[in-house]
Order: sequence, then C-alpha cells, then structure tokens
Amino acid sequence: MDRKRELELQEFAATIRAETVKEVADLGFGHIGGSLSVVEALAVLYGEVMKIDPKNPDWDERDIMVMSKGHAGPAVYATLALKGYFPMDWLKTLNKPGTNLPSHTDRLKTPGVDMTTGSLGQGSSTATGMALGRKLAGSDSRVFLFIGDGESNEGQVWEAAMFCSHYKLDNIVWFVDYNKKQLDGFVEDVMDMGDFQEKFEAFGFHTQTVDGTSVREIYDAIEAARQAKGKPSCIILDTVKGEGVSDLIEIELNHHVQFPEEMANRALEQVTAALERVRKELANV
Amino acid sequence: MAGLSYTSINQTRMATGEVYCQTLIELAKENPRIVALTADLGKSSKIGEFMKQFPERFYQFGIAEQNMMGAAAGMAKAGLIPFTSSFAIFTACRALDQVHTDICYQNVNVKMIASHAGTSFGQAGTTHHSTEDIAIMRSLANLTVIVPADGIETANAVEAAVEHEGPVYIRINRGYDQQVYETMDYGYEIGRAVTLHEGSDVTIIACGSAVFQALQAARELDAVYQIKARVLDMHTIKPLDKAAVLKAVKDTRRIITAEDHTVIGGLGGAVAEVIAESGMATAFRRLGLQDKFSPIGLHEDLMAHHGIDTNGIVNSVRELMQLDFEEDLDWEDEV
Ligand SMILES: Cc1ncc(C[n+]2csc(CCOP(=O)(O)OP(=O)(O)O)c2C)c(N)n1
Repeated sequence: MDRKRELELQEFAATIRAETVKEVADLGFGHIGGSLSVVEALAVLYGEVMKIDPKNPDWDERDIMVMSKGHAGPAVYATLALKGYFPMDWLKTLNKPGTNLPSHTDRLKTPGVDMTTGSLGQGSSTATGMALGRKLAGSDSRVFLFIGDGESNEGQVWEAAMFCSHYKLDNIVWFVDYNKKQLDGFVEDVMDMGDFQEKFEAFGFHTQTVDGTSVREIYDAIEAARQAKGKPSCIILDTVKGEGVSDLIEIELNHHVQFPEEMANRALEQVTAALERVRKELANV
Repeated sequence: MAGLSYTSINQTRMATGEVYCQTLIELAKENPRIVALTADLGKSSKIGEFMKQFPERFYQFGIAEQNMMGAAAGMAKAGLIPFTSSFAIFTACRALDQVHTDICYQNVNVKMIASHAGTSFGQAGTTHHSTEDIAIMRSLANLTVIVPADGIETANAVEAAVEHEGPVYIRINRGYDQQVYETMDYGYEIGRAVTLHEGSDVTIIACGSAVFQALQAARELDAVYQIKARVLDMHTIKPLDKAAVLKAVKDTRRIITAEDHTVIGGLGGAVAEVIAESGMATAFRRLGLQDKFSPIGLHEDLMAHHGIDTNGIVNSVRELMQLDFEEDLDWEDEV
C-alpha cells in the first residue's frame, strides 16, 4: 500500500470516528467506548478490502462483515452511511424510537448489516455458518467477524473457533478487539483471558497481533490472512477502548456512558482536529 | 428473617435493581449462606454494591451465563444460596439448558434475579427485550416464578425467596418502577395475589409493570365510566393463585390479563388455563405482545404500543364490557 492510499484510509477512519462521536453526541449517551476501538479496522475493510456494492447490499458475491459485539453499532452505521448504504441523516436517529439504527446491529433494520447481533457470542457462530455456506457454494467471498475481548468469555466463541478450524474455513477472518476492557471493568479483573495469540494458535488459527490503530498493519495482516490456506485466520487488534477521545479513555468504566454536551463538544473538537491533520498531510503527497 | 422496612420514600430514590441489591445486602448480614453471582453485569444489574460490602461472597463469571447457572447449581448443592444477576433474556434463553437440568430438575436452591425484563430495556433492541421468559420459566417444574410490581414488592420477593427452599426466578425491570406500594407491610406471600382495588364488573389481573397501569385504569374506569374493576397484583405466576382467579370469575365474570410479555404462555396463558378448566363461561382477554417481537423504543412508549398502559387497559375493559356471556348459567352446578 502506498503512502497516499494509507493516508486516504486514515482519513476514512478519522471520518468514521467523527461521525460516530456525532451520533452518540446527538443521543446524549451510548456505547461509545467499544465503537471507537474498531474504527480503523472498519475503515480498512470497507475502504479497501471488502468486495461490496452499497447500492445492492444483498449482492450474492459480496464479502460479509459480522459485528458480533453488536453494541459497536454506532461505528458500523457511520461506516455504512459514509459508503452510501443509506443517507447520512439516518445517523441522527441512532437508538431513537422508530429508528433503523438500533443500539445493537440488526439485519432486519439496516441495509448492509448481514447478521443481527447483541447477544454476545452468537455472531461467532452465525459468521462461521456464513463462511461455510459460501465455501460450499463455491464462492470466493470472505467473511470478516469482530468479537470483543470480553465477549470471548462466552463458551460459544470457542465452540465456533473449534468448528472453523476443524472445517478448515480459510475464508473467514476473526478480529478480536483487544481493548482490555469489558462492562464491569478490565478483562484481566473481570475474567482473565490470558494470551489471545496463544489461545487462537492453539485452536488452529493463523494468528497475528497488530496495532489496531494502524491501517497499514491491519491491511497487511488481512493480506497475510488471505495467503494462509487451509485454516481460519485471527487478527488481534491491540486497541484502546474510547480510542481518539481523551475524556473517554480516562473514564474507567467507559462501556456505556453519558455523553453530556460539554464533553461531546470537546470530543468533537478532538476528532475533528485529527481529521484535519490527516487531510493536510494528504494534500501534501 | 423479618426486619426489613422499605417504604415508598426509599423506593423513589432507588431503581428497582438497587432495591434488590440493598435487600440482599441486609439479608446477607444475617445469612452467611447468601452469595451473589454475576456475568459481567454487576454494574447494570446494580449488584456491584454487594461486592463492596461482601467482596469474598461475590463471584464474577465474566460474560458466561451458562457457566454461571451451572456453577450456581453446584454452589447450592454445597449449601450456599446463590443469587444470580443477569438480564432476563440471558437468564431464561442463553442459559436455559443449565437452568432446566442443573437448577430446576435437580431442584436446587438457586435464586435467579432476571433484570431488564419485558420491554424495559426497550431502546437496546430485540436482542435485549425479554418477552417470552415468563412462559419459558413457568413451564419448568419445581421453579417458583415471581414478577414483582415495583421496588417494594421486589424487596418482599427477595426476602421470601431466601425463606423458600428451592429455585426461584424473580423478574424485574430496568430502571425505576412506578410505585404501587407504600410500605412492605401488606402481607406479601408467594402464591397469594394482592387485591389492590375492589370491583364487581370486571377483574384486571396484572403482573410487573402492568400492575400500576391496571390500578390507574381501574380508577379511571370508576371515575369516568362507572365501571367497577377489581385489580389483582398476580406477582406469583407459579404457583398461581387459582382461588383468586376462580373467585374473580365468579364475582365479575369478565377477566382481563395485562403483562409486559407475549400473551402466549405467560400470565395470560396461566389464567386462561385456570378459567378453561373451571368450565365457567367467561368474557376474557389477554393484553400483552400479540405474538410479535416488540419494536424499539422507550419503555413507556412500548407499553402504550402494546396496549398495556392505562389507556390501553381502559379501552380493552370497555370493549370487554360489550361482550356477551351466558348470563343465567348456574355456575355452582358446573364446577
Ligand atoms: C450474552 C450477553 N451477555 C451480556 C451482555 C451485556 N453486555 C453487553 S456489552 C458487554 C461487555 C462487552 O465487552 P467486550 O466484548 O470486551 O466489548 P468492548 O469492550 O469491546 O465494547 C456486556 C456484558 C450481552 N450483550 N450479551
């Protein structure tokens, strides 16, 4: 990937982050911490990697993304809106009565969402089934699955991992959002998961750990995963819950937070400044 | 285990989950067998406060409800009284196999506190609504199923659950409940409905958040339409207070049930079974979700949408008053 493309993806990520902050700011509260930590990975997937047609969300040959940590809906919606799946002004309706953008991603409500999630763990199995289905159909489309590090407490996650490995599903890539926090606190204190890299390797995955804020590292890892034949892939995203917004990072329990106007304004300033910086740099290459 | 005294003043300051937690803390001071378990919902369910008071009696399972329920069964077999705190949907659905075999079949002393029930977490979407759990839990042998009307009744239910030997499911809402009771002293008893309003024309049998609405409806029906409605707070779904249902049928001949739950198999289903087996002709209607998943929205809006708010209940009662039933049947012969 050349420098220009890298900067373009950074710009896309910064835009997703800014739109995500706006969505939650409009609502006044929400699952912002875990939304902000997956932004760069979404930018790489939707900006570069995935085969998609936003005007035809049900296109048979498309690649699939399942956000099993469904509470990251706000980041997914920002990404989909920016790609043109639906009008940007839908973002103002996040979580409000009658919305198409509920708190957790819902296939029946949002164009571009391929699986309903929110009950943690379940997306790992449904994504696995989709990967198997595509393989059986002889399709070369790929499935990208996001799970949380806390979500990985669920036995179902590991049941799905076993299956992916047993059936050699090399058309699925698992992303673990390793942001070290879950709802009641740090993963280490709530339910220590040990070493994700070792765990997924032991489960038979081609496993890589990357800086989850580096679009280049994420992209390279996805390309490497493509080359790993005969086994599923796992990319552990080393991230921070609340990435890009200092006020949020400082809150210890930042899973679902109140986002009062003053804090939202500061957050908006910070993410907008970050976006401006990337744009400036991009203009110079 | 007397001595608890929650009043309306306490309740208005506390979400129902907080009342549950405070009650459990009080009870745990006297009963060392009580332990609290959660699955990464200590903050949401409010039981986190218990951890501060009794850190050595609090067990965090992470996001692993099935393991929590199975382990709770084992802990109960070892003589403890485990209180599990998770959302209703994950208690009744995700961990159902463990609840079925480990807890109910083996009849162990686990108390499941299922929060964010019905549509009370309406904004979080369908994965977080729990509108089938009463039906599911009611079908499990050995299990006592309680749906308190408000925070004060929750305190009573938690206290009664400790005294009761065997598995108990207590279904509570997210956030603050509208207040039905002023104090804890109204003779709460598992399996005994509370008559909140007397009436001879129709009986509204309600549970959970629908109880307050039913009571408001009864007052409005009386004041505006001169319809005299009896209101029963049917806090225990199992064992159901059959005598109270049969008496209502005899006295008022018209029955309406109201619940924040599907009309299939829950309170409405339970009451329907009693009425059908009694052989007594009754004008009858079940209010709740009509075999549908709920839309997304605020709890109060969803209650209105599903016709279980005051207005919805008033309208349904007025419709029911128009229905015919066999006026001159000699019911005493039939029963
Ligand atoms: C089965 C299930 N149990 C509990 C919850 C409630 N819940 C929602 S998010 C969350 C914490 C998730 O932590 P993690 O997977 O690490 O997500 P992140 O920190 O990346 O946002 C919990 C416990 C749920 N949605 N599903």
